[in-house]
Amino acid sequence: MNNPPDISQDPKEYEEYAHGVQKHVRGYLMVGALLLTFTAITVALSYVDFGTRKANIGIAMLVATAKAAAVAAVFMHLAAEKRLIYRILIFTGFFVLGLFWLTFFAWFDYPTFH
Amino acid sequence: MEIPYTVSTRPDTGLWNAKVGIWLFLASEVMLFGGLFSAYIFLRIDAAPGTWPHGLLNVPVGTMNTAILIISSVTVVLAWAALKMRRYNAYWWYMLATITCGVIFLTVKLAYEWPQKFEHFGAFIKPDALAKYEQYLGNERRLEKGLEPRIQITGHLHSQNATEYEIALDPVNADPNNPAMDRPHFFPLPVTDKIATVEKADVQRATMFLPTHSAYFASYFTITGLHGLHVLGGVLVFTYMWLPVSKKLYQRNPEHLANRVEVSGLFWHFVDLIWIFVFPLFYLL
Repeated sequence: MNNPPDISQDPKEYEEYAHGVQKHVRGYLMVGALLLTFTAITVALSYVDFGTRKANIGIAMLVATAKAAAVAAVFMHLAAEKRLIYRILIFTGFFVLGLFWLTFFAWFDYPTFH
Repeated sequence: MEIPYTVSTRPDTGLWNAKVGIWLFLASEVMLFGGLFSAYIFLRIDAAPGTWPHGLLNVPVGTMNTAILIISSVTVVLAWAALKMRRYNAYWWYMLATITCGVIFLTVKLAYEWPQKFEHFGAFIKPDALAKYEQYLGNERRLEKGLEPRIQITGHLHSQNATEYEIALDPVNADPNNPAMDRPHFFPLPVTDKIATVEKADVQRATMFLPTHSAYFASYFTITGLHGLHVLGGVLVFTYMWLPVSKKLYQRNPEHLANRVEVSGLFWHFVDLIWIFVFPLFYLL
């Protein structure tokens, strides 16, 4: 989904432009409805026993990630953004993964308590 | 002094400057919340069996707050689209709706959810005294079923003296062997009339549901508190953009106001995005 371009001063072009933005508005409303639906699904799934707590957490995080991706792609316009923004986010992603990488390996630490 | 590239784009980046600025800021925010989520995971996977509470938060209220934040994300993007179409009146109403959603979210959190926790009481029983309180814990049955043991008696602190606590029990401790109590309920059950007397000598630690209660509540209050501060920041910025002072900017240069709304909207969507993870982690799992 591309972002609406800057507005034109030409009345005829403006009408086309306003129509184009209106199309985006429909998209935003649809994504909003989808997010609300997925919130209800997340709540409902938390009351389903998937066997282990880990399985329940995994499924809930999968739904949450899908919702977050929709927010980032559509509301935050990341589906069509300039290269510099992607570069900033690649760095961010790399370092945040590093952060979770440390947490992941702490799991294998020698148990010193409990 | 004229600040460059507030409306027009820089030829080398193809972006106006505030957009690069907000994304750099959001990158630092990802690291801030990433650190907290990382700590949360670490605390949770290291928690001894039975010590990580489950089902203590009000799920319908949390769901409602999630829906409110999602709706506010939609209204802020609609406010921006209205500005792009040069419909100031529509922008004004969408912005008002966004501010209202933010205020409702904060009010629910600060005036209802948090105070409700501050009134709730929990007593962690010493391991060697757990059997003495079996009638409130139901651990024999839980052991047979392969479920984590209960080590805490919760409810409202009815009274206390030098040697004892009297606790008006939560349903989970009032009827611990009821299979319906094995999993949290969607609608929270009220505290019962059943009073348990717990000797202080048998208690390892007893507090209200404050950050000092457990790693769970420490994480909950820290992360929701920091998130709440972000919501407050967003509400203040949106209020400024909704006031007549911003109409003057709109009349002077509507695209400049649209860009301001876009960057503050990006921040708001990020706040929504964080909540999308906070909600299931603390309320549901």
